[in-house]
Amino acid sequence: MSVETERSSTESSAASGLDFEDTALTLRLPGSSDPDRKRASTSDPDCPSPTAAAADSPPSPKAQVVGWPPVRAFRKNALAASASSARTKFVKVAVDGAPYLRKVDLAAFAGYTTTSSAAAYDQLLAALQDKFISHFTVRRLGNEEMKLVDAVSGTEYVPTYEDKDGDWMLVGDVPWRMFVETCQRIRLMKSSEAVNLAPRAAR
Amino acid sequence: MTYFPEEVVEHIFSFLPAQRDRNAVSLVCKVWYEVERLSRRHVFVGNCYAVRPDRVVLRFPNVRALSVKGKPHFADFNLVPPDWGGYAGPWIEAAARGCVGLEELRMKRMVVSDESLELLAKSFPRFRALILVSCEGFSTDGLAAIASHCKLLRELDLQENEVDDRGPRWLSCFPDSCTSLASLNFACIKGEVNAGALERLVARSPNLRSLRLNRSVSVDTLSKILMRTPNLEDLGTGNLTEDFQTESYQRLTVALEKCKMLKSLSGFWDASPLCVPCIYPVCAQLTGLNLSYAPTLESSDLTKMISHCVKLQRLWVLDCIADKGLQVVASTCKDLQELRVFPSEFYIAGYSPVTEEGLVAISAGCPKLSSLLYFCHQMTNAALITIAKNCPNFTRFRLCILEPGKPDAMTNQPLDEGFGAIVRECEGLRRLSISGLLTDKVFMHIGRHAKQLEMLSIAFAGDSDAGMMHVMEGCKNLRKLEIRDSPFGDAALLGNVAKYETMRSLWMSSCTVTEKGCQVLASKMPMLNVEVINEVDESSEMDESHGGLPKVHKLYVYRTIAGPRDDAPDFVKIL
Repeated sequence: MSVETERSSTESSAASGLDFEDTALTLRLPGSSDPDRKRASTSDPDCPSPTAAAADSPPSPKAQVVGWPPVRAFRKNALAASASSARTKFVKVAVDGAPYLRKVDLAAFAGYTTTSSAAAYDQLLAALQDKFISHFTVRRLGNEEMKLVDAVSGTEYVPTYEDKDGDWMLVGDVPWRMFVETCQRIRLMKSSEAVNLAPRAAR
Repeated sequence: MTYFPEEVVEHIFSFLPAQRDRNAVSLVCKVWYEVERLSRRHVFVGNCYAVRPDRVVLRFPNVRALSVKGKPHFADFNLVPPDWGGYAGPWIEAAARGCVGLEELRMKRMVVSDESLELLAKSFPRFRALILVSCEGFSTDGLAAIASHCKLLRELDLQENEVDDRGPRWLSCFPDSCTSLASLNFACIKGEVNAGALERLVARSPNLRSLRLNRSVSVDTLSKILMRTPNLEDLGTGNLTEDFQTESYQRLTVALEKCKMLKSLSGFWDASPLCVPCIYPVCAQLTGLNLSYAPTLESSDLTKMISHCVKLQRLWVLDCIADKGLQVVASTCKDLQELRVFPSEFYIAGYSPVTEEGLVAISAGCPKLSSLLYFCHQMTNAALITIAKNCPNFTRFRLCILEPGKPDAMTNQPLDEGFGAIVRECEGLRRLSISGLLTDKVFMHIGRHAKQLEMLSIAFAGDSDAGMMHVMEGCKNLRKLEIRDSPFGDAALLGNVAKYETMRSLWMSSCTVTEKGCQVLASKMPMLNVEVINEVDESSEMDESHGGLPKVHKLYVYRTIAGPRDDAPDFVKIL
């Protein structure tokens, strides 16, 4: 048989390319582990990302069988086009008090947060939570401000971003797509320092 | 009957539209043959190489609607090399010479050139309908020719073709005098179209019932168009991705509300979840809904929409809908007849949000379900048995488990019993695609029970030649058999050679057939074309000989009265 259906080990997934998540430094508390991610934030849907598998065996590049799955080229291309039309938009993320910056790809997310029970990892704030402190919770206040709270230390963080004009804005004010367009970098600012930002107009 | 005047016989035949019946009556006697052939209006050619175009045109000079299919089905999945064949040119040229009354041309999986389209446009004064499905080889220049010259054009339907986009000019080529359009589908055109030209075309087409736009058409243009087409029955939207501009979407909602006849909705290219509520006004009247090009819609968005679609008969979605979304479908869409769930990601060993549970829920809630295409990552025998009992009316059942050879997710057993239940319970089954871990047993079940089966697709299945032989022996109505990556060799190929003359075609790739076996088949059956397709790049991989004999990479066998074709490329050997 010319088809390889072997289960690949993590060795071959490493051979297929460095897994960014595996080599990245994290600021986790000792003993906390990577949450199981169902979808990698990559803009290439045809690349068998090692983090995509929920099972114990991530697919190796060889597991791409010619003409399989049986989906018309038109359909495959159409879905790839819609994924790549979002491009990638990596921005630096800084957290007050942490020595390391991280990067997130804004184009990989569908929105700020979601109320649906679909994979929460698709959403920006959940990803920020994931990358930085393992015990963030996302608190949505009545006026729709979003705050990230480190449940361990009790410190509140306010997500802010620098826009194309160089101004520091509160994350969540503008529609998601406009945010993706204009955001240059993100900073999780400690609440105590964020009082100088103009409050949102009260409803 | 032979004492009736010919006009009377012809009139009687006019009540036999089905090609099979007309073929039958034409065999009765010479008079009937003549009457039948001169009055035949529709001709369907399932394999363009089964008969020469000239012969068709000579026999049926008064044909009005011609339908021709080219490449084998597995060409859809890149298993047939480019330049294999399936050229439309000879057909259009022959028709241009011999049946100028042609009004309709339907082609599937064929290579169509711009020159052919131009010839088509200029040769048939009464031409009304061009339908191209999964074709390639032409550009928007060819479409411009059709638009310019076909004065009575009613239907231009382009489904999933590879079209070379040379700019938006083609749409402006419809003359002002063209007011006959009833159906226009250009969803597969990749580039921009001129919005003004489109609006003007729609404005002068009072008979427009079906309109499918492409990605480039904006929400605003769509709203303007819909205000002009209150009688539209089938709509394919343009893109629905724009930043949420409340006014645009409100205009769209208002425009959609006017379309009381709208039954079928598709498009949704990269649709934003924010646009979903605009569709709510028409959901309750929809019988067809295609959301399979909207990967940005999550399960909750989809279910919100579908929960209004109480009359739905046909649903195409991505697996983002998830099992719980399918449960909503099951409880809402009681009239559902056709369901297709496509994968949103193509990883083989991965995770998909739909499992056997979603399908079981559908089968329980939608007893009228007769056509299924389902991509998932796991299945169980128990689920298939339940599904079979719930839905005995399946005519088309295609299950694709993304990981080849994957067993029952609960018991780790092969899925033989599950598919066995399907073929046993569904007596009307005409089309079947199987997947997962399967032994020869499943083919025993198929051979024993699938008596109406006409098309069978096999991948990564079976243990030995016996598997294929069960099918060849038992499936009396089999017309198309396509097999890939299964251990069937010469014994299976040669086990029942006479059967191939009752079938349209056989495809075998990455099996264990040798060239010697193919030679034997070709010499025993002169009425078959035995095509051995060997590609140079793969030869190094496949060089493992089977008992010293070179294995055949790809084999395509079909019955024909045309003899070996003369347009075969180098890598195709016709034995």
